[in-house]
Amino acid sequence: MAEAITAEIFHHLVELAALELDADESEYLRAQLNSQMKAIRELEAIVVDDTAGITSHGVPYTPDISATPRADIAVPSDAADAILQQAPELDGRYLVVPDIPHTDLT
Amino acid sequence: MTTPLCDLTAVEIAARVRAGSLRAEQVLDSALERIRAVEGRAPSLEPYVLQPGDRQTVHAFITLTERRARTQAQAVDRLVAAGKDPGPLAGVPLAVKDIFCVEGTPSTAASRILASFIAPYTATPVARLEAAGAITLGKVNLDEFTFGSSNESTAFRPPPGNPWDPRRVPGGSSGASAAAVAAGEVALSLGTDTAGSIRQPAAFCGVVGMKPTYGRVSRYGLIAFASSLDCPGPVARTVTDAALMLGVMAGADVHDATAATVPVPDYVAGLEQDLRGLRIGLSPDYFRLRYPDPQTGELREQPITPEIEKAVHETAERLARQGAEIIEAVPMPNTHLGIPAYFVISRVEAASNLHRYDGIKYGFRYPGPVSDLRDLYRKSRGAGFGLQPKLRILMGMYVSAEQYEKGYYQRALRVRTMIRRDFELAFDPKGPHRLHALLTATTPTTAFELGAVYGDSVLMQYADLLTVPADHAGVPGLSVPAGLDAQGLPIGVQLLGPDFTEPTLLRIARAVERGTEADTWRKARPKVLAGLA
Repeated sequence: MAEAITAEIFHHLVELAALELDADESEYLRAQLNSQMKAIRELEAIVVDDTAGITSHGVPYTPDISATPRADIAVPSDAADAILQQAPELDGRYLVVPDIPHTDLT
Repeated sequence: MTTPLCDLTAVEIAARVRAGSLRAEQVLDSALERIRAVEGRAPSLEPYVLQPGDRQTVHAFITLTERRARTQAQAVDRLVAAGKDPGPLAGVPLAVKDIFCVEGTPSTAASRILASFIAPYTATPVARLEAAGAITLGKVNLDEFTFGSSNESTAFRPPPGNPWDPRRVPGGSSGASAAAVAAGEVALSLGTDTAGSIRQPAAFCGVVGMKPTYGRVSRYGLIAFASSLDCPGPVARTVTDAALMLGVMAGADVHDATAATVPVPDYVAGLEQDLRGLRIGLSPDYFRLRYPDPQTGELREQPITPEIEKAVHETAERLARQGAEIIEAVPMPNTHLGIPAYFVISRVEAASNLHRYDGIKYGFRYPGPVSDLRDLYRKSRGAGFGLQPKLRILMGMYVSAEQYEKGYYQRALRVRTMIRRDFELAFDPKGPHRLHALLTATTPTTAFELGAVYGDSVLMQYADLLTVPADHAGVPGLSVPAGLDAQGLPIGVQLLGPDFTEPTLLRIARAVERGTEADTWRKARPKVLAGLA
């Protein structure tokens, strides 16, 4: 069976996923992805009723067991400082990032 | 011989602390003494080299919060002294899987990328347990971001060992949760189940573990893996303790719109009822496995381990003696599709959830030179994530790509509907089977050796073959000990039921406990406790 995830597809996925990988990692991960695809292909062999709905979570959320959405009102939080303290690099209350790549779309 | 305080049940500890005949600090001291006796060296991010003694101890705790625990215990004792009730879990030692945020503590997800993260708030289930008087001793190890079934993918090593034989895995991903409870380090532990991550380690470690109905327990403060599947739930040494813990945690939550508003019953109240009127099913589809051959990848079929199959049948006989009607040959024909569908659904959700880790807002940031923002993302995520998160991100990106999404993701979601329909038919009160519960094995095997499976992500995933269908369907399930195999390793049996029927499952599980109370294996203790008082 031909590999589903070729080296070319793999490199594209790695780019999309924003991951820097070394050669050993890449070799292991691509081999594992192709092993998993063999298991996933069991799904292709079965007859699925396309008119059946999809299940996005198992338990149906009927109105009688679902919370009513809370009012859309801003509530002050005192957690901002604690959250900011978790940032790896801060300048005052600003998050510091390196240069943002610029692509001219024109 | 007097039972050490740390080995008492949560029910007994809470009753004695509330009555003033035992102080929470005494229980805490006993638990800390046990931790010192069985833990071994603490898991860390340092390069892992196996040392003598590593495979004789448990290594459950990533973070021990002794000072915080003592403050909590003293507060409980002060309340009792003042004539006030600290709550139904007064003084009960608790371990929290390190996938939950607890304010002011490292909340790592067992990943380098979150190793430095101090949670600014507390997860709802933890907050409710602590408000009920539980004493949080710390955060326990897991597979990185819960990705695994052996606890070996953690970035914090040594990985946990199984207290019954520390050369073996405790299961995963809530491996250290189950190990800590089995070893008496805590009475209760909070785990999560996405494909079986509470039930499988509970079975491997000889304890009780319950995945409640999806939405029964709030996910607020749970670091997300697969949001449509993740379920927080209890790990305990007895069914009654698990029932008590579930009752404290369950219920609607203003912070989680998926937490159901179904009223929370008293889960302990009906536990001692007999089983008359209950129909419990056995399905041939849970006694045989269909999985890919590790060498060829071709699908093979074989029965589950004979000792485990025997334990399921013996359990059914015991339940019948207590009044249950056993219904055989219940078809669950889509069981074998649970893992392939999970490979797709969980990866898509994981990839989405893991995009938030970027080295900017919190957690690990690559410390070396970078050329621009995108380079920082790549390097931070490349150095911060272990192999298993990377694998899930890449697979999630692939199967959700525009050209494959209909063939894989949408198909997997329809297969999920088919799995759900299996359960709906089995449990339909007007259907052919009319089951109150399905009785199965929890795992195809007992605990395997450290290193025996890790690295083969396909074979590892199939450890969840018998547990993952309930996650797809959202229905509740629990694992309860049912014996030991010839090697002295615990065997668990699983009970699955309709949505929000936790009281029935707990009642049946309690009957399993009652029915095996006189068995010799009930007196066996985990190997790590040998020689301890």
